Parts: sequence; C-alpha cells; structure tokens
Amino acid sequence: MAKSLGDIVINIEKCKGCELCIAACPMETIALSPKINQKGYHYAIKVQDNCTGCLNCELVCPEAIITVYRKIVK
Amino acid sequence: MSNLVEVPVNPEVVQDQFVVYKKPKTLTDKPLHYCPGCAHGVVHKLLMEVVDEMDIQDKIIGVAPVGCSVFAYDYMNIDMQEAAHGRACAVGTAIKRMMPDKFVFTYQGDGDLAAIGIAETIHAANRGENMLVVFINNAVYGMTSGQMAPTTLPDMVTTTTPFGRDVKTMGYPLRMSELLAQLPATYYITRQSVHNAVSVRKAKKALRQALEYQKEGKGFCMVEFVGNCPSNWRMTPLESQKFVEEKMTQYYVVGDVKVPGGK
Repeated sequence: MAKSLGDIVINIEKCKGCELCIAACPMETIALSPKINQKGYHYAIKVQDNCTGCLNCELVCPEAIITVYRKIVK
Repeated sequence: MSNLVEVPVNPEVVQDQFVVYKKPKTLTDKPLHYCPGCAHGVVHKLLMEVVDEMDIQDKIIGVAPVGCSVFAYDYMNIDMQEAAHGRACAVGTAIKRMMPDKFVFTYQGDGDLAAIGIAETIHAANRGENMLVVFINNAVYGMTSGQMAPTTLPDMVTTTTPFGRDVKTMGYPLRMSELLAQLPATYYITRQSVHNAVSVRKAKKALRQALEYQKEGKGFCMVEFVGNCPSNWRMTPLESQKFVEEKMTQYYVVGDVKVPGGK
C-alpha cells in the first residue's frame, strides 16, 4: 500500500498563534510552542513526526505561512 | 501536554519537488495586520491562489474598501484601487467600463457593502456590471471595534447593542445574497464560509467559478463569505469558528443562491 509521507514548515515569525491549524490537524502533529516569537505570540510548531500532508492546516491558516510537502512511497 | 519539543523536518520529504502547497506568489510577504484567526486572511489567500492558478496577475484589478480590509492593496501584488467608504462597486464599474478586457473585483466587508454602500451595490448589480464582488460578512463593524452592522444576528451582543440586537427596533439582519439574487441582471451569487478545511475547499471552488464567469464576460457575480471576527465577538478564534458553524450559517445558509439557468 502506498504511504504518504508529509511534512510542514511553518514561518514562525509570522505566526499569530490562533490555534486554528492545531484544531484542523487530524493527526495532532501541531501544537503551540511555549516560546514566543518576535511579536510576542506563541507560535505553532510540529511536535510529532506523523504528518500525512493532508493540507488541512494550510487551508485554515489565515496567514498562509505553512508550506506543505508530501512524498508518496510505495 | 508534556511533549512540546519541536520535531526537526524530514530532509527526505522537505524538498522542492514534493511541495504540495506554498504561499501564492501574488500574496506579498508583508505580515497581515488582521487579528489572529481572522477570516480575511483566508479569503485573501484563496483569492490570490485563484489568481495564480488562472495566471491573470497582470489582467486583474481589485478595488479595496474601507473597513478592516482597507489595506488589502498592501497584501495583494496586483493592481489595486482604494475606494471611498462603500463606493467600491461604483469605482469597479468605472474601471470595468474604461478597461473592459481586464478582470475587476471588489473586496468589501459588511459595513461597507451592506450599510453605507448598499445603494451602489444594488445599482451595480441591477445594471449587471461585469465584475466580481467579494463580500466578507462577519456581522460587526470590525475596524471601529465591533458596532452593530446591518448583518448582525438577532440578540447578538455588540458594543452598540449591549442587550442584544432587538429586531423590533433595529430590524432584521440583511441577507445580501438573497436580496441581490432577485435582480434579473445578476449572474452568479453564492454564499460560502471559511470556518473549517472542507468549507475552505468549497469556497475556493466558488471563487474560481466566479472568476471563470468573469473571463467569459457573463455578468455580475458575488461571492459572500460568512466570516468570523474573534476580537469583536469577544471569543477565541476556535470559539468564533464554532459560532460561525452553529449560529451564523443557520441564518446565512451556505450554498449557491443564484446559479446560471436557475435551480
């Protein structure tokens, strides 16, 4: 069965910590960091290595800061 | 939650050839000034994705409104014109008539389109001007800190209706899409929401469809977005999305209101 390996890269300096991507992620890959960025927001980070590249996080992200990668492995 | 350590990216996957989504190139790098979780950002993103997909960056002219999205021209790397409060449809009419080969869209909020600019909007729709109106309906005046708008739901608390909107004295919320759909000159009118991933996908399809109709010169199209306003609804972004799902879309029913050929 083909498996989909995904990954996300978040531009943390533009993140405002609205948590919409965290709620949209079906795999609980994303969480809010205890650290803050230059603007003072807690930012979203990847905390698990189980991303499937389903695009849900980028669809709901109002800042368009998530880049999604997906590799299909046989 | 103890496991809050950032996991490094997988170098086998993070390669240019495997990119399935990245920021549309017509969206500038400037950070958006909107509050965290605001629907404006999602709609900006969708609009620019569609512009990128259709490759019409040099053929499209936008009209920015007055309201929260007053700086829309800073974020969209296309030709934009700022209009006086509520007059975006009038300005859009002028641009389209001077340059009929260009795509024209206006981007308006509910205070702009449904309150001060309702005359311009209705008459532009009644003339069947060949342009796209992107209407963000978040039920309050966002920029001026959340006063009651014509689209505020009954019994909804805003800064000017601290006891909730009383329909006996303040009237009922305006359903702009249904209002304009009655006019024979309008071509395609739809209402979408952007409160979860599924609705965002549908909303993008509707925007794409509306711009395709513009390409064919079919006439007046409007895409209404039921948006959220976490700051002025005094909610977290997640609560506001829930409010959109439970309350807003009950009154503003999501779906195509007028499709070509009738339904």
